[in-house]
Amino acid sequence: MNSASGTEPATGDTVLSARNVVMSYGGVHALKGVNFDIHRGKVTTLFGENGAGKSTLMKILSGVVTPTSGDIVLDGNHVSFSSSSDARDRGISIIHQELSLAPNLSVRDNIFMGRELRTRTGLDFAEESRQARALMADLEEDIDPMTLVEDLRLGQQQIVEIARALSVDSRILIMDEPTSALSATEVEVLFKVIRDLTSRGVSIVYISHHLEEALQITDYAVVLRDGAITATAEAKDIDLEWIVRNMVGENFDLGSPPTGHAFGEVALSIKDVSVTDASGSGYVVDHLSLDVRAGEIVCIYGLMGAGRTELLEAVAGRVPMAGGQALLEGEDVSRLTIAQRIARGLVLVPEDRQRDGLVQTMTVGRNLSLASIEAFAKGLFLSRPRERALIDDSIRKVTIKTAGGNAMIGSLSGGNQQKVVIGKMLTTNPKVILLDEPSRGIDVGAKAEVFRLLSERAAQGLAVVFSTSEVNECLSIAHRIVVMRRGKISAEFGANATKEQIMAASGEAVVA
Amino acid sequence: MSDVSQASKQSSPNAGGEGFDVAKLLLEGRAFFALIVIIVVFSILSPYYLSVANFLTMASHVAIFGILAVGMLLVILNGGIDLSVGSTLGLAGVVAGFLMQGVTLTWLGVVLYPPVWVVAVLACMLGAAVGLVNGVLIARFKVPAFVATLGVMYMARGLALLMTSGLTYNNLGGKPELGNTGFDALGFNRLFGVPTGVVVLAVIALIGSIVLNRTAFGRWLYASGGNERAAELSGVPVKTVQISVYVLSGICAAIAGLILSSQLTSAGPTAGTTYELTAIAAVVIGGAALTGGRGNIRGTLLGAFVIGFLSDGLVIIGISSYWQTVFTGAVIVLAVLLNAVQYRRRSKLPASTGGQPTSQKRGKAEPANPAQGKTAR
Repeated sequence: MNSASGTEPATGDTVLSARNVVMSYGGVHALKGVNFDIHRGKVTTLFGENGAGKSTLMKILSGVVTPTSGDIVLDGNHVSFSSSSDARDRGISIIHQELSLAPNLSVRDNIFMGRELRTRTGLDFAEESRQARALMADLEEDIDPMTLVEDLRLGQQQIVEIARALSVDSRILIMDEPTSALSATEVEVLFKVIRDLTSRGVSIVYISHHLEEALQITDYAVVLRDGAITATAEAKDIDLEWIVRNMVGENFDLGSPPTGHAFGEVALSIKDVSVTDASGSGYVVDHLSLDVRAGEIVCIYGLMGAGRTELLEAVAGRVPMAGGQALLEGEDVSRLTIAQRIARGLVLVPEDRQRDGLVQTMTVGRNLSLASIEAFAKGLFLSRPRERALIDDSIRKVTIKTAGGNAMIGSLSGGNQQKVVIGKMLTTNPKVILLDEPSRGIDVGAKAEVFRLLSERAAQGLAVVFSTSEVNECLSIAHRIVVMRRGKISAEFGANATKEQIMAASGEAVVA
Repeated sequence: MSDVSQASKQSSPNAGGEGFDVAKLLLEGRAFFALIVIIVVFSILSPYYLSVANFLTMASHVAIFGILAVGMLLVILNGGIDLSVGSTLGLAGVVAGFLMQGVTLTWLGVVLYPPVWVVAVLACMLGAAVGLVNGVLIARFKVPAFVATLGVMYMARGLALLMTSGLTYNNLGGKPELGNTGFDALGFNRLFGVPTGVVVLAVIALIGSIVLNRTAFGRWLYASGGNERAAELSGVPVKTVQISVYVLSGICAAIAGLILSSQLTSAGPTAGTTYELTAIAAVVIGGAALTGGRGNIRGTLLGAFVIGFLSDGLVIIGISSYWQTVFTGAVIVLAVLLNAVQYRRRSKLPASTGGQPTSQKRGKAEPANPAQGKTAR
């Protein structure tokens, strides 16, 4: 331990900084000499597209990986972390985008996992419970410490993760996409917690794709692009456009509804569809009806838990309907298997691409061709040339940036992985495509490309239904915006709706 | 060993190679190198090891495990496990032995002596039925594969013991006048000097290889083993695939049972005890992941040969059977260890670069798509 104990803030404003940090994986430079400062008691937000090197930098600062070259300076002293627990002992904690909780254990046991409080004869459960309860009170979350984590909503799980980081008295807290699963109210709570923490002298590093949201909370903004810092500024001097300009390096526009083509017949008709919730007593989707015509793009907006995912999954055949039916071009598909619905032209791009979208053990090409195997089968056997042609065509049309169809799927960035999932479904030549949060966890550039792709296909007659929890995305390519609230449609708007209207209809407090 | 060279020409479906690298080559070809080391070492230690006759004998031992292992590979690719194959092997052998003795239909007052091919087909159907029970339990009733096949393992073994009251059928030769001779052809005879069992293994391996690499079913199997949820949402009939692999594994076990009883010229109810574990070991040594989605026939065959040649070699140089068990165990542990190393290399390296290759290319207008020297084919 050569670091100062942190009692005297001798080095002024900067608590931890990276100097000329280079990180190479093989021949690939993930970071090309980055200088990054974390300001004491402030929120420093790191902006950047997927693959810009944000996660790599955070892994270096939290001791998960060691940089190829460069220095880490903590309280004015050069340090090198041997492991993430070494970093944690020096007061640096990281909350990863993917939660690292044990769902089968209680909130209390998760908070104290790996550093359980002991008495002489065993564990001090009483004290753990007391501290866990105190942490929950601090975070203004009404969660009983004895609740199992698997019984909590995703947003609450996030809070538990934060509580765990707080419980070790972190001086520096790195949050990687903490709000991606939170509702607007939960985000408000989180921001309150963050402000509270900074006033206590805790330094926060914040990473988010929700730019507007991040802009509200941040004190300093740092933009990373292609492994290098492109801009640094105080939050008061900048706006959304500044961030996007520095992130993307090109004009950023999520697009507008495609025009110049007439809508066709009703392609998808959802009639009175219900889906029961996990307990079986209530409805997550409550007798909902919706028609979508060929060539039309419909956006379903709603908070977490509004029933968007359940609606789309029920229509696609993933979860059973408790009532109602889905008609594809007039034919009832409610009783068909997923495969039969795909064959008839109704496809779903699931929300969680890692869990539901991709086969990680297969190549990019085989993922792309998975849903259209019949298209290149000759009798019993698969035709490799035809498959290759189909894959190459798909990679080109969906503009996937990859070394080729034989590259492993894990070598792609998040945005390109998402394009593979979308490309896989588009390759089946669907009539209706349902996309559940297609922009989740992908960067602005990829988002714009995905939307451009969808509007192109809509212009050719594809009916597109996508769900989102970002108002900006509703106001991009959608011809019609449907707002869901508690399993029902609470409002419908045209493309000229305002953010305030949409957010009010969803039951969300309008964020000032 | 014609089967090995055949299968090694098959492309490995999931090798995402990145250029030439000696360590990588050693790691990926480890089963092959292990086999060579085994052959070289035992050839030095024993003058009898390196001879055509011995190789053919060893190969006919390997045939049993190899056939079981091919079936097991299908199950493991699906992310499952089949503990019942050893018992199914035994049950199939006993049923074949029973049929060879003649089936007395008391109410008709006749004794039927089915010809050998009918016996073989019936035994295979029995294997398929056992596999179907496994598959339905697992796919429809959501019983964990380990438990379902464990239960079926006991049931099949118990049935085999019941049928014979624990005794063994020693007379499988049949009688020319009854038209049911030829059972020994299954494992005992030789085709162009090669034991029939080895030929059967080669054929099964070849078919397996074609199914895995060239058919929709093979693709479905890799996909549903790699990520069942994603496969299902892509229209893969995951339940059908799951049931099928257990049926195929049961058939493979029955074939192995027929060959084993023919090799031994007897059918005992305890035949094949713990063979399921040897089959799993062969699959694992061959580089397949127990989590599913990764593995191929070539590796599995190499795994079967590694185990077979190792244990026979230990017998030939006269090491005690206790030590043989220890050695075999050590090889399995080492194999799993190397699997872990390989899959960590494969999954962690590209993931931790987090898509840097793409961001480097950003700025160029065209979707950069150079055919970099991929070794996947």
